[in-house]
Amino acid sequence: MNTKLPKLTFWRGAFIVTLLFGAWATYIRVFHGLGASTNLRDEFPWGIWIAFDILCGVMLAAGGFTLMAAVHILNIKKYKPIARPALLTAFLGYLLVIGALMFDLGKPWNVFRVMFTWQPRSVMFEVGWCVMLYTTVLTLEFLPIVFERLRMEKPMRIIRMISVPVFILGVILSTLHQSSLGSLYLIVPNKLYPLWYTTALPVLFYISAIAVGMAMTIFESTMSARHFDHALEAPLVRGLGRGLLVTLILFAVVRFQNLISTGNIKYAFMQNYEATFFWVEIGLALLVPITLLAIPKIRQNPISLYLVSIFVVLGFVMNRLNIAVTGMERASGVRYIPKWSEIAVTMSIVGVGIMLFTLAVKYLPIFTHGYPEPKKSEAEVAPIHAIPLPAR
Amino acid sequence: MSKGILYDATLCIGCLLCEGACAEQNGLPYDKQHADLKKQTATKFTYVAVHADEKYMRRLCMHCADPTCVSVCPVKALEKSKDGPVVYDASKCMGCRYCMVACPWGVPKYEWSKAVPTVKKCTMCVDRLAAGKQTACSEVCPTGATITGERDELLFEAQKRIRENPTQYVNHIYGEKEAGGTSTLMLSSVPFEQFGLRTFGPESLPKITGKALSHVPEVVTVGWALLGGVYWITNRRDDVTDSEKKDQEK
Repeated sequence: MNTKLPKLTFWRGAFIVTLLFGAWATYIRVFHGLGASTNLRDEFPWGIWIAFDILCGVMLAAGGFTLMAAVHILNIKKYKPIARPALLTAFLGYLLVIGALMFDLGKPWNVFRVMFTWQPRSVMFEVGWCVMLYTTVLTLEFLPIVFERLRMEKPMRIIRMISVPVFILGVILSTLHQSSLGSLYLIVPNKLYPLWYTTALPVLFYISAIAVGMAMTIFESTMSARHFDHALEAPLVRGLGRGLLVTLILFAVVRFQNLISTGNIKYAFMQNYEATFFWVEIGLALLVPITLLAIPKIRQNPISLYLVSIFVVLGFVMNRLNIAVTGMERASGVRYIPKWSEIAVTMSIVGVGIMLFTLAVKYLPIFTHGYPEPKKSEAEVAPIHAIPLPAR
Repeated sequence: MSKGILYDATLCIGCLLCEGACAEQNGLPYDKQHADLKKQTATKFTYVAVHADEKYMRRLCMHCADPTCVSVCPVKALEKSKDGPVVYDASKCMGCRYCMVACPWGVPKYEWSKAVPTVKKCTMCVDRLAAGKQTACSEVCPTGATITGERDELLFEAQKRIRENPTQYVNHIYGEKEAGGTSTLMLSSVPFEQFGLRTFGPESLPKITGKALSHVPEVVTVGWALLGGVYWITNRRDDVTDSEKKDQEK
């Protein structure tokens, strides 16, 4: 244990330093406004607080609805051990997304007005309602974990009674707003670069959310698994690998079918800024992961699957940053590079997320629940903890 | 009846009086520095762009018939008023700036330097119109390049000017059909694209998102039935297996 201490101190130190910068940036944001705290301007009104904190944040939290659908609606029991970490990620993710939104909104105290307005033509209105309702659903899905920890049987019984409609509602609300985040950009056909503008944006956002939901679940489960000295079961890993492969291929088919049918594929072969970012995105999100996952040996190995999941997460983060930043620059006539304070706030939010996740895993039955008793046959189990991973 | 503004660039002499009148009307500062600024900002709602050979083009809010900014606003801070102007209510605004992202002409501007910022844009002098007056820019214009009136009549007037002087004008009334039509109409002898005025189809942009949003009720109803059905089937299978097991044990 003693040998691990310095590493922990380093990460804690990094976390505290990040938070200090974040606090300073928050001070500037609150008292001197968006102009002082960001590189946003009239030509470029949305930066990384929208592109990363909101668009990517909601995507990274998509494992919650994906796994809840798999386990509780499709009744695929083998995924049960990773349903709770996925749910925890989603719950924390949405709370942090809402928190991050408060930084970006010019007058955040007016956000409640969304509830008292009827604006069915606004995508933002729909997303606002869905996120609000889905966060409530996530709370209801998460409460049983707290009740279990506190051994509160009566509230547990009450919440169990409404659990099925809650699960279904969660999947529906997620389907709506995960896709609607893409619909946000349907309104800018003249501004978003043709490599990214397509009427299929809502479909693509939905598929990528499912892919990243699975990838994040693989990533976290692997990271956490070694802390608990257990391994992900082989059938589970095989299933996730196959599921991820199918989802990525589906995304690739829709994406390229769309680029070819609109003729916009020609922009991919121009030698410019956008084409470069496009290929980095395609490489990270599709080419590398699909190639690796197509090889059964790699797909079925928990460690390589873990590495693939990192590619998928980075690739689709790139995809959304490209839509919200890279693709919007040319029409705006300016280049946007985030200010230090924008990065500090974003990093602080990510840091708080990791801290809350670690605490929750420590004090709540997240991984301990549902894990099978020590394995019967060693051959069936992939020894994840045997491989050194970067410490958190 | 809906009001409109007709700007005829061929009559414009670039005197910038409209800029000054607009600033005064909206209580904004206006000096040499502001006059030199060739863009819309939170403190300058209109400007006159200069093309090489003494050709001008005024820019102001287009006041769309089906405004993109109004459609995207989640809190109805922007609304199309009966008279034509697209007006903004700062007290409702939450500052998401989706209107700025979405506006096809990049009209709404933001008070970036304020701790409590609001969106700023041309109001088409909505109060003056209500009082039966012209907009400040129309009233001050010495050549009649900018005039206020009923949009229908202005459109008729614009068509007449093109018809009577076909060589003097580009055969196009910018704003007649652009993105579903706008209350601001413009005539020019120089193609509009040269002033950075983009080409738009006759369909308003909110229609595109409308199509996507029209699927929401479908997703909810079909989704509910589908997921409920799947849940019933998958769990029914378990129930059957369980009861069979029990039967066997007996």
